[in-house]
Amino acid sequence: MPEQRTAVVQEDRPAETVIEEGKTVGSPFADDPKFKLRNVEVFYGEQRAIKNVSLDIARNEVIAFIGPSGCGKSTFLRCLNRMNDSIESCRVTGSLTLDDQDIYDPKHDVVELRARVGMVFQKPNPFPKSIYDNVAYGPRIHGLANRKSDLDDIVENSLRKAGLWDEVKDRLDATATGMSGGQQQRLCIARAIAVSPEVVLMDEPCSALDPIATAKVEELIAELSESYTIVIVTHSMQQAARVSHRTAYFHLGHLVEVNETSKVFTSPEHELTESYITGRFG
Amino acid sequence: MQTANLLPLVLVIALVAYGLAYLRSRSVASPLGGIRHLKALPFYYAARAALWCAIPSLLLLGIWAAFEGKVIQDMVMASLPEDMAPTSAGEASLLLSQISNVAAGKLDPGFVPQPIVGAADQLQVLRSQSSEFKTTLVVLIAVLGATFAWTRVQPHINARENVERTLRWIFFVCAAVAILTTIGIVFSVIFETIRFFGKVPVTEFLFGTAWSPQTALRADQVGAEGAFGVIPLFVGTLLISAIALLVSVPIGLLSAVYLSEYASRPARAVVKPMLEMLAGIPTVVYGFFAALTVAPFIRDLAELVGLHASAQSALAAGLVMGIMIIPFVSSLSDDVINAVPQAMRDGSLALGATQSETMKNVIFPAALPGIMGGILLAASRAIGETMIVVMAAGLAANLTANPLESVTTVTVQIVTLLTGDQEFDSAKTLSAFALGMLLFLVTLVLNIVALKIVRKYREQYE
Repeated sequence: MPEQRTAVVQEDRPAETVIEEGKTVGSPFADDPKFKLRNVEVFYGEQRAIKNVSLDIARNEVIAFIGPSGCGKSTFLRCLNRMNDSIESCRVTGSLTLDDQDIYDPKHDVVELRARVGMVFQKPNPFPKSIYDNVAYGPRIHGLANRKSDLDDIVENSLRKAGLWDEVKDRLDATATGMSGGQQQRLCIARAIAVSPEVVLMDEPCSALDPIATAKVEELIAELSESYTIVIVTHSMQQAARVSHRTAYFHLGHLVEVNETSKVFTSPEHELTESYITGRFG
Repeated sequence: MQTANLLPLVLVIALVAYGLAYLRSRSVASPLGGIRHLKALPFYYAARAALWCAIPSLLLLGIWAAFEGKVIQDMVMASLPEDMAPTSAGEASLLLSQISNVAAGKLDPGFVPQPIVGAADQLQVLRSQSSEFKTTLVVLIAVLGATFAWTRVQPHINARENVERTLRWIFFVCAAVAILTTIGIVFSVIFETIRFFGKVPVTEFLFGTAWSPQTALRADQVGAEGAFGVIPLFVGTLLISAIALLVSVPIGLLSAVYLSEYASRPARAVVKPMLEMLAGIPTVVYGFFAALTVAPFIRDLAELVGLHASAQSALAAGLVMGIMIIPFVSSLSDDVINAVPQAMRDGSLALGATQSETMKNVIFPAALPGIMGGILLAASRAIGETMIVVMAAGLAANLTANPLESVTTVTVQIVTLLTGDQEFDSAKTLSAFALGMLLFLVTLVLNIVALKIVRKYREQYE
């Protein structure tokens, strides 16, 4: 269970700045969006972690969520595949639709949702199984392969897309936990894309990796963006600038600004965004 | 002074040594500018003083207590006149008990020969001398140790290392006690077992299919031949244990899954202690539950479908034993399932696996070694359980695989062999030790095999 973060008011926050609830500067909306999120609020018990956030996520875009620790970006990300369901005290309100289907409708099948919206976590979490079984895990539970050879193809394709095939093709039966951290994370990406999702959520996918492994994963994100919609939470502004098309800045549970990435990092509209990207807090 | 009184005295001296060394280390430190100029914190100087004071004197006390009686006895016996010297071990112990009874005033000195009265006097003198001597020596060593430690409270001496090393030895001794006890138990059984195999051949014991250990006490008695075939007992044990495991493993495991994965927090807070309460019920209570409630119920049920069941049956004992060991399986499994990192669950759920798929494919394999451990513990409980079987499964050594018949187990036979009148040179009594040895070996092998399996199939996370 992720720790419940408490939002702390930053001392050096410009005193005159007031965040107007529900108001996001820039361009949060898109035509024909993949995800359409309106007035989303998330509560941990009594505490309101996400405050009236509305946002569109376009098809095949890479959108980065940035913001100081505890601003709610991970919480918001986990709403998109309902990973918050497993936290007992967590409650989500508002309208969240994926291709115009309400994903929080009680009748909506969460298994199907998660097959369409894959996720990669902060810390690589391969199962303590063989490399092959890790990638084949999703296809097996969703019945994507009728024959062994189909499954072999899926595993090979996924590993190729994750740029891992050449490194592991001779040891598919080796246990995944014996790989390096960067390889493990790319394996987790391969595992996520093996079920052919439409969206891939990434929760700080490089924060546990060294710079070289990080570069590889970022390269991979760029390649994957051709076929998937990618939502990435990151602490590294350079990373957001390198991989994303749009950037969303969260602050204390509010969505403050959404804009083209180049615009956010060169001429941010909101002064909080500017303070954050210039390193005045974070 | 008595040993029981000396012990607290030594501890008090050690405490005083602790206090004095503590104060001295502070006073040594203060002209230097504080305790940070000492090699070790005052606590370590003090602890060292207490240890140096207590350990040698307590060791001496222990050795003295162990040998005191024997040495005094020998001295008293040696003081007896030549013509009274005992010729056999039995005579010697008779003499000794006479002497000590006279010394204790339980026996009138008028009834015994004069040399014995003299020896009794000497016994008392020696005892009081030994006691005085012991007290003096122990206190002296304690004070000497404390004084030495006190003089060694110097800023450049590192007491921390001494204390750490001593503590290490103390921990080692504690660990060794457990191992030595096991070895001691094995040896206590092994010699009697060897004597038993002197009377009954090993092959007959291991492969015989009849068990009736009624050997004759006198040569002319009827039915002098006993049969010592262990197979019926082991089959009975395995039958009952298998039934118990068939009940407890599925129920225990699935309730552990419910508790750790599905139950809400309040439900868990109620259910888990309730389940664990099963382990606290005395086995005698389970026993009469099995004998008076379950066994008749099973008999009636069997008759209803046209089967014959005896009043005491393996099924009744096995079922109730299974209920008894549910908490062993569920509690341990619950702990290991909870120990599987949340990241594993998240990873699986995020791929669209349901809770039960996650359980089956990820959590269960990762938790398997621990679960095996729980099942093994349950199995050894089942094999070793006695009371339920005595009450509900009977004493008849039937060689059968029918759970509706009455059977007996190894442990039950050990109990019946060793309670009541017994003589330690008959095969009947000695066979209990052979049974115990066999039981010990079987559980040992079971443990080793399970450990190997667990090590081979373990799926390691990180």
